[in-house]
Amino acid sequence: MKKVAIVDYGMGNLGSVTRAVEECGGSPVITNKAHELEVANYIVLPGVGAFAIGMRNIRERGLDELLTAQVIGKGIPFLGICLGMQLLATKGWEGEETDGLGWIEGEVKRLQPDGHNVRIPHVGWNEVIFTRASPLFSGIPSGTDYYFVHSYHLLCPNERDVIARTPYCGGVVSAVGRDNILGVQFHPEKSQRLGFQVIRNFLAL
Amino acid sequence: MLKVRVMPTLLFKDFGLVKGVRFDSWRPIGSVMQAIKVYNMREVDELVFLDISATSEGRPPDFETVDEIADECFIPLTVGGGVRRIDDVGRLLQVGADKVAINTAAIQAPDLIRLVADTYGSQCAIASIDAKKLPNGQYEVFTHSGTQATGKDPVTVAREVEVLGAGEILLTSIDRDGTMTGYDVKLIRDVSDAVSIPVIASGGAGNYEHMASAIIQGKASAVAAASIFHFTQQTPLEAKRFLRERGINVRL
Repeated sequence: MKKVAIVDYGMGNLGSVTRAVEECGGSPVITNKAHELEVANYIVLPGVGAFAIGMRNIRERGLDELLTAQVIGKGIPFLGICLGMQLLATKGWEGEETDGLGWIEGEVKRLQPDGHNVRIPHVGWNEVIFTRASPLFSGIPSGTDYYFVHSYHLLCPNERDVIARTPYCGGVVSAVGRDNILGVQFHPEKSQRLGFQVIRNFLAL
Repeated sequence: MLKVRVMPTLLFKDFGLVKGVRFDSWRPIGSVMQAIKVYNMREVDELVFLDISATSEGRPPDFETVDEIADECFIPLTVGGGVRRIDDVGRLLQVGADKVAINTAAIQAPDLIRLVADTYGSQCAIASIDAKKLPNGQYEVFTHSGTQATGKDPVTVAREVEVLGAGEILLTSIDRDGTMTGYDVKLIRDVSDAVSIPVIASGGAGNYEHMASAIIQGKASAVAAASIFHFTQQTPLEAKRFLRERGINVRL
């Protein structure tokens, strides 16, 4: 049985992620408790909302240390979604300057329009173009449309951490990956068939 | 490239879906779950679900119904109607809404939009603006499902909600609603030009050409529609095929 911990830190759409994990063959448990996180085979950090509040909630619950022990210490496969991917960064600027989990080097900054009629937030379906092979995108064509909804994005100084980009505001990092740590800026749980394929691929790691 | 979205709108009142004309003459059009299942199967871009009697009846959103809907809905879902407090927003997101539409409270208690944006991010705070054209050609914003005049014009309200942190504007023409005579393109263009957040055009779609006008002339980032999908044979997929032929980027 694939036990999937969906991390509950008071930030949003846990219901849809949980249902999507079920559909994809996982056994999800929504939790922020050490005894449940410690036995999970997979950890998903979902979330919508502001970086500063997200990190504050994680720290208040002691989740930063717990997650680091599981993901960095034990190498449990980890998937951050939307805000959950951004929180991997060294630092975020949404709300106020805030230290992130620091697992992926980079900063989270507001999107800057790069042309006429380019609107922020970046909302809707946009292409995800793979920059590097990753098991997360196994069986999925590069350029597939996924659903985005965000105003801030992760800027990565190390191109080796980037596995996909999306053409908006000069190029948004839409997926990162290093070892067992994966993150997607888009919402696989709301991106229908090929969104579920991403979750299935993650659960096959 | 970011795609223009075609979004079916579901209006909920007294346990079922309804559709009216100019925010009146509501007629029932079937069960919510049935509609959600169909749109989910057809993989539409996004869905809007508005509980149009919540505010008038002075009650909060129907969280149980939204929970049931979200369980069947693997497409992006915006929920509105009766959203007055930050707790309402938190609960809606918790049961599976991706974005929350705020209409009456956006005018009466605009700080709610700021609070939602600060807590959950701008991307989930949709300001819903219902506007009516006055005899002198000006526009006025109405609240409480189009029943209460505010004395404010939609461009001013749009700019205000953008500053407060709204992530999108759902802009509905009350005069065109349910008429299938076309979107109010001038209204959409005026608001789109005034803000830098995405504007969803709503009210009046009767054919695919109407959608193209709202996007090309009105600069809408998305088109919402109800009657065209409920009462005619036209579908979101066909709409997008048509729009692609007109050179508009859509997801097919």
